[in-house]
Amino acid sequence: MKIEVRAIGDIHILDCSGRITLGEGTMAVRNTVRDILKNDGKKIILNLADVNYIDSSGIGELVSTYTTVTNNGGQLKLLNLTKKIRELLAITKLLTVFQVFEDEKSAIASFS
Amino acid sequence: MDKISNEIEVIINSALGNLDLIQTLTDCITDFMKFDEDSVHQIGMSVRESVTNAIQHGNKLDKSKKVDISFVMSPDRLCISVRDEGNGFQADKIPSPLEDENILKPSGRGIFYIRTFMDEVEFRSLPEGGIEVHMVKKVPSN
Repeated sequence: MKIEVRAIGDIHILDCSGRITLGEGTMAVRNTVRDILKNDGKKIILNLADVNYIDSSGIGELVSTYTTVTNNGGQLKLLNLTKKIRELLAITKLLTVFQVFEDEKSAIASFS
Repeated sequence: MDKISNEIEVIINSALGNLDLIQTLTDCITDFMKFDEDSVHQIGMSVRESVTNAIQHGNKLDKSKKVDISFVMSPDRLCISVRDEGNGFQADKIPSPLEDENILKPSGRGIFYIRTFMDEVEFRSLPEGGIEVHMVKKVPSN
């Protein structure tokens, strides 16, 4: 699991790649988002285009991250879901929770 | 594939580091059986979630306890059993992750995914203690 953080204005985009699974993968997402919140970042986009595998713990981590960001007065949006991640979110009704975007421009514009 | 069943059994210690190994083995078996891409993912995820539960919740990460995974390959189906040495649990008491009060919970989706992805799923309490998750995925008939 690898995460690269880009800042566009006050928006942080996390380009995630690899696997978000129990343990290392879920901790990487949690720690990166926690650091952004600590530095007063409130607008976060998780770009999941290159996430090739996610398990139920990874899905749980997305939910947990969403709750943490929201409780800190921020917003978390998802970008570029793979077919598999979309299916896992859809069948657990989580597509109704997250704001999901197919392109970065729209995701960025949604914060204004 | 031969018309007779072929069985592969693997016994692992209760270490989460073994999950990738079991998933790789599962992917090899489902590729060999020529399941389609979606089914390969669904079976792989169901096995991974079952073994995660066995290690984490069943055997409580006690590395001296084993998880026994068996794959029985038949021309029309793949049967998979995952057994732990824990104290068991009542699968029908697990709350649905689809209920409004559970949607934002960080855990509790693994068994739901298994039940959604596999054609048959049964949780059996073992007489010697522990739980066996028995799962079946049918090979689509062409």
